[in-house]
Amino acid sequence: MSSIEFRKDLFADERDDDLKEIGKPTIRQDILGHVTGRSPYYDDHLFDGLLHLKCLRSPHHHAKIRSIDTGEAERMPGVKRIIKPQDVPHNLNTLLSLINFGRDDEAMLQGNKVSYIGEPVVAVVAETELQARKAVKAVRVEYEVLPHVLDPEEAMKPEAPVVNEVYPNNTFDYHELYDHQKLRFGDTERAFQAADNIVEGRYQLSPIEQAPTETCGAIAAPETNDRYVCYTGTQALFFSLGTTAKLLDMASSRLHFVGGTVGGGFGGKVDSLHEPLAVLGAHLTGQPVKYVFDRQEEMQVGAPRGAERWYIKDGVMNDGQIVARQFTGVFDAGAYSRLSPYAIIKATGHLPGPYTIPNVSSNVYCVYTNRTPATAMRGFGITAVDFSIEAHMDKVATHLGMNPIELRIRNSYRDGDMKAHRRLAKNTALIECCQVAAQKAGVRLSPEFANDSSLKGGGIGSRIEIPETVTDDVGKIGDRRRSNTPIHPFEGAGHKGKVAAGTRGEQVIAAPAQDHEMVIEPGRDGYRGPSNGSGPLPPDETQPSAPMEPQSQPPVVQTPLPATQSPQPPQIAQTPTPAPQPEPYKPDKLFDRGLKRPGASRFISGSRRR
Amino acid sequence: MTIHNGRGFACINYPIGMNLGGDPSQALVHSTPDGKFKVSLSSIDLGQGMKSVTRQIASETLGVPVGDVYVDTADSDTGPHCMGSFASRGTHRVGNAVIRAATEARKALLEAAAEELEVNASDLDTDGTGNIHVKGAPSRSITVADTAIAAQFKQGRTLSGRGIFLIPPSEADPDTGEMSPVSCFAHAAVIVDVSVDDETGEVEVTGINSAYEVGRALNPKLVEQQLVGGAWMGVSHALYETTEPYYPAREHGPEDFNSYLMPGPAEVVPHNIAVLERPAEDAPFGGKGPGEMCANPLLPAIANGVFDAVGVRCDELPITPEKVLRGIQQNGGAKPQNGLV
Repeated sequence: MSSIEFRKDLFADERDDDLKEIGKPTIRQDILGHVTGRSPYYDDHLFDGLLHLKCLRSPHHHAKIRSIDTGEAERMPGVKRIIKPQDVPHNLNTLLSLINFGRDDEAMLQGNKVSYIGEPVVAVVAETELQARKAVKAVRVEYEVLPHVLDPEEAMKPEAPVVNEVYPNNTFDYHELYDHQKLRFGDTERAFQAADNIVEGRYQLSPIEQAPTETCGAIAAPETNDRYVCYTGTQALFFSLGTTAKLLDMASSRLHFVGGTVGGGFGGKVDSLHEPLAVLGAHLTGQPVKYVFDRQEEMQVGAPRGAERWYIKDGVMNDGQIVARQFTGVFDAGAYSRLSPYAIIKATGHLPGPYTIPNVSSNVYCVYTNRTPATAMRGFGITAVDFSIEAHMDKVATHLGMNPIELRIRNSYRDGDMKAHRRLAKNTALIECCQVAAQKAGVRLSPEFANDSSLKGGGIGSRIEIPETVTDDVGKIGDRRRSNTPIHPFEGAGHKGKVAAGTRGEQVIAAPAQDHEMVIEPGRDGYRGPSNGSGPLPPDETQPSAPMEPQSQPPVVQTPLPATQSPQPPQIAQTPTPAPQPEPYKPDKLFDRGLKRPGASRFISGSRRR
Repeated sequence: MTIHNGRGFACINYPIGMNLGGDPSQALVHSTPDGKFKVSLSSIDLGQGMKSVTRQIASETLGVPVGDVYVDTADSDTGPHCMGSFASRGTHRVGNAVIRAATEARKALLEAAAEELEVNASDLDTDGTGNIHVKGAPSRSITVADTAIAAQFKQGRTLSGRGIFLIPPSEADPDTGEMSPVSCFAHAAVIVDVSVDDETGEVEVTGINSAYEVGRALNPKLVEQQLVGGAWMGVSHALYETTEPYYPAREHGPEDFNSYLMPGPAEVVPHNIAVLERPAEDAPFGGKGPGEMCANPLLPAIANGVFDAVGVRCDELPITPEKVLRGIQQNGGAKPQNGLV
């Protein structure tokens, strides 16, 4: 049996738990429709004369298209239109051009060179799905097969075939400067020399399918006012709308996108492959068009969570302190960018995991290979590196003969610590999670770790400092195409630079509300501030020259639990008792019906409260 | 043949929202003639409960009963722009936009009520059950319904609000990787119990104990739903799922659910969860998104559990029986560790 408990005793003084609706197990607005099967999905929108669209897909990993002959297919029964690459008004896009990230590198229909098995070449629109499938088989495409590359480290070698002409080095260009994203904090090389132990590992995650029950798809139909309506299972309505407007070179105001209930997303319904082609089909035929992946397409053509390979090298002292951590990450983007290069920035900002390590370096690569492009999935950019970090932490614990939970707490980040991306940690709670999980499983921690707290010991001494940082310029765009270049940080560096200690830019925070009328009153937001007993944490602008004082926090008392699981609520980690709060206001007469005013309309449709 | 039991641990944190900003979401709130409130969004409810969470946020912020709030989503003609439902951004970004829109609508509501009651708006409060009263004088009150009628049919006021939430876009530094990546972090730690058959290499997860820190459980049932389902997805990732079983080779790719392995109802794992709530300053009522992060710690915890059980490091996912058996053979037999007891 499973169980859930809410540990309201922890961080109680940071919350106002006396809210009226927040925190209540209110039943979902849409649940009745879901459990009775009446919630409408995009595919429930029925149209007279609905046409069906199917794509002809590349059978090769990598091949030049010599010719496309659709003559026979066009004459087949039920075929309304064959859409060729040249029918797409603006046949080049990259998904994140909507936020100005990356160059357009992917055609909606590929007319020159296919770069993965399943890449769409032409689309057939027919009266029935069967007719569309038959006509797809009748299209003749002559290919000239090219050498292909499937392993991302092979793809980075000089002799590797070019997968994606927009990125001819098979790596995404970062900042118009390097073929990878760097992270440099302190001096990992020097710290490795001083470390008692070096622990290394290599980790690999294979592609994973989002596996929604409802495959990706969309239905588009012309409307009378020169607009198109598109019903879609997208996870991001305006992403799909903007992508469609761009590929079809159409004013976005002519597009009306309607989503709704989605039969599972998990990141696989962001890529907007279906909406543009369905709208284009509706535009070219003047009839409603449905384009939906079958299961085989969903599994092998729909973009998965991409494969990632991570190398980790740790310098560890005998007492368990990790003094240096170096990463090399290789993301397999497949043939086109989609969201992979952005995932790498996110992964880099996440390093070195939830730990305070004084020296960190990493090189992370977005590499193009001749496979299905990768995209988002639950845990985007983080899942694989977290697998790698935590499997590696276990190796470090084994190497040192330490309790793996105590090793984590020993190195855990705490409130006020400086992170490798040069911003302060706040609102941390890793240690408490470790303690509570241990307790639930009946694992005993020694008192030093059982009584530790995320609120203690952080933001002091070297933990708040940005050290002098060593940099290098290995891996400029195109270097790897000319000669074999090592992929790990600092390897092959002839010239090294230095960034002075304490160097950091400004923290970016949320844009303020444009109008003070939009700002919730402080007492109503449920937030009571960090409980460090000495006022709120200093703002993140704190310079390293002004180290924080150790926080005066009453020691956390922990009662050891028996090693077996207790059915009783664990009685541990008492946070200091919050100051008694004033009794919430209670009206002495509930539900006054209000004032009667002569002339006021009694036009009401709901129930009146008394 | 022997079944070996093992325990694996892992802990993680997870960044909330698109990591370098530039991902706005907007919300509009307006009252119907009789004082019910509509929240208009273009955001998508994927089944995770976006509609419900934003409805509760609007209800709390407006100070009206949740039954008097209806959330409309996923229409580009009626809902203002939203970047989308991904990157754990729904609760945080959309929730914040709804707070702003509902706050503006609440101020209009209190001003309309103030005119009816002939008091200052700042002296008024809502009781969350449909009434507005003078602070400290609960008998001087008016219903939200009467206020809405008066506002729209007598005073000529709209009870509506606009909201947007944006973390402005920023860049990562090319040489140091310096950046402002996130607004807040969720946390988790799990201990999994596994059993490994040293003859077949088969791994079974027999139990999960976990602690998830989610900022604030805005709706405890929705949080439970996410954590139970998400953790199970993590088990599935660790042991079964891939579209390329012999990556980087492309052969043997599954094309349907017969060959794409996933756990079935028989593999549902007993999961004992503790939810911790350390509210984040810039999150709606402190709530971070629990949806994405809950799967992540299961992957390494299971790999670590397999090592504990038989002494095999499975550094490549998924942990198939083939990999476990090859590892046991390479080690000359199972090597139980008993590291975490």
